Amino acid sequence: MPKTSEAEAPRIIIEGVRKTYRLRHTHSFKETFVAWLRKKQTASTFEALEGLDITVGEGEAVGLLGYNGSGKSTLLKLVSGVLRPDAGTVLTRGRVAGLIEVGAGFHPDLSGRENVYLNAAILGMSKEEIDAKFDEIVEFSEIGEFIDTEVKHYSSGMFVRLAFSVAIHTQFDILLVDEVLAVGDAPFREKCNAKIHELVASDKTLFIVSHDLGMISEICDRGIVIKRGRKIFDGPVDEAIAALKASKR
Amino acid sequence: MPEAFRIDGMSQYGLPDRSAFAVPGVGRGVLDVFSYRYLLRLLVRKGILTRYHGSVLGWAWSYVKPAAQFLIYYLVMGVFLNLNRGIDAFPVYLFSGIVVVNLFNEAFGNATKSIVNNKALVKKIYLPRELFPIADVFIAFVHFLPQLSILIVVCLVVGWVPTVLHLAGALLAMLIVLLLATGLGMLFGSVNVSFRDSQNLVELILLFATWTSPVLYSFTMVRDKVPTWLFDLYMANPLTAAVELFHSAFWYPTIAGPAERPENLWGLAGLALAISIVTLLVGQFVFRRLEGRFAQDL
Ligand SMILES: Nc1ncnc2c1ncn2[C@@H]1O[C@H](COP(=O)(O)OP(=O)(O)O)[C@@H](O)[C@H]1O
Ligand SMILES: [Mg+2]
Repeated sequence: MPKTSEAEAPRIIIEGVRKTYRLRHTHSFKETFVAWLRKKQTASTFEALEGLDITVGEGEAVGLLGYNGSGKSTLLKLVSGVLRPDAGTVLTRGRVAGLIEVGAGFHPDLSGRENVYLNAAILGMSKEEIDAKFDEIVEFSEIGEFIDTEVKHYSSGMFVRLAFSVAIHTQFDILLVDEVLAVGDAPFREKCNAKIHELVASDKTLFIVSHDLGMISEICDRGIVIKRGRKIFDGPVDEAIAALKASKR
Repeated sequence: MPEAFRIDGMSQYGLPDRSAFAVPGVGRGVLDVFSYRYLLRLLVRKGILTRYHGSVLGWAWSYVKPAAQFLIYYLVMGVFLNLNRGIDAFPVYLFSGIVVVNLFNEAFGNATKSIVNNKALVKKIYLPRELFPIADVFIAFVHFLPQLSILIVVCLVVGWVPTVLHLAGALLAMLIVLLLATGLGMLFGSVNVSFRDSQNLVELILLFATWTSPVLYSFTMVRDKVPTWLFDLYMANPLTAAVELFHSAFWYPTIAGPAERPENLWGLAGLALAISIVTLLVGQFVFRRLEGRFAQDL
């Protein structure tokens, strides 16, 4: 029965994942060669994630909690495909989009319009999809007539609003959010929150990293706490927040 | 049978029916670029729009630079060193070779730096990373077009009547150069992420490129001076074949007297194309081996 298995199938499967960063001490052929001659180590390693198992189902909104350096961004990058795990498996079903550092693909010398097209394409949209969504993107960003101005003349608020608006209007099944919801001024934040709620209501899968615990507990039903690369709690979001507060770095 | 597992309750989701799942961050290399055609087009457009941004002359620079380069080579090689005595219509000879090497240098040089230049994107969003060097090669090709059009105009003025064979040769030359530059660009560009020596090494290679192919002199001068094996090696350089294809297409038909041409130029061109394709495959192979580290090492 494909129908029921479809409905039951998870969106993200993370199994036994380990991510090891290699910190290189050499940055040129010469240094590497000298280190090799002297039998010195050219790199040391650092386990950013270790033995991680997480399954996220369809329509779930999961908050990822943990102190700085615990490996949250690394985990999201593994799901988006920017990084690959050194052990274990990461699998996703459907289109993945990331609100990870919005505006990474913006070019200051291009107009807002050009940047919308470029960035939406970078985020995986086709020309037809962008054409269809363009007005909505501009409307949401409140950029108005400045859309044909070069982006370098934008205020930082305008820039962030446009970048965020592009990202949130892409087509996706899974949305990864890494500490970007605190953008823009209060009214715009309000609007973003409403949009996020709308996404949750429409059964999109959300994986959110934020320091705003109030917002996490409001949006998510499930919370996962990561400490030094290991999962220490996975369950209802309020208990997760309590677990985070109880844990020390 | 996944269903059985579900009934047993062994797994919440029914074990390994994973056909609907994808492994994030694993692409099909250069082939992926075809499914990202639209993005490739926008990246090329961005490169072209922002190239001369904020300059008054703008695209005129694409004409000024090769003209200045041509003038210097013509004065030094042709007038001061008297090379033009041995070569008919030396200015046309010179220019038709220079544009080929310029295309190669621009494409290879930019492709080498493309991953590092697109750091912000590579670190944050997954895209087939081959897009960046390939977009740079396309951009180099667009900047080659003004030079090519000057060459064509000059040739037409001095009485060039193009034939299908000339045009086929010129197209083949461009294909050889573009494939070679893409392959080498991916190779040195992926190494460049960890070792910036790579881009310095490439600058050195580019310095040699003008002199190790018959751009400023005739191939006969090499043939008469060096041992046969070295000359064979010289002629096996894909750039030599590309430059000679351009000479045969643009310069040779415009001169009055006879001039020596390399034996079996089409054979050389075939070899050059094969070498370029192998280079592309090697470049792609190394690129894929190193790609997994791009985002964390940048
Ligand atoms: N590219 C990298 N190379 C080496 N170490 C890294 C790299 N990125 C992150 N790290 C290290 O991995 C750990 C986890 O980082 P990160 O995932 O960014 O944590 P978080 O997002 O939870 O603050 C940190 O100690 C950080 O220093
Ligand atoms: Mg982080």
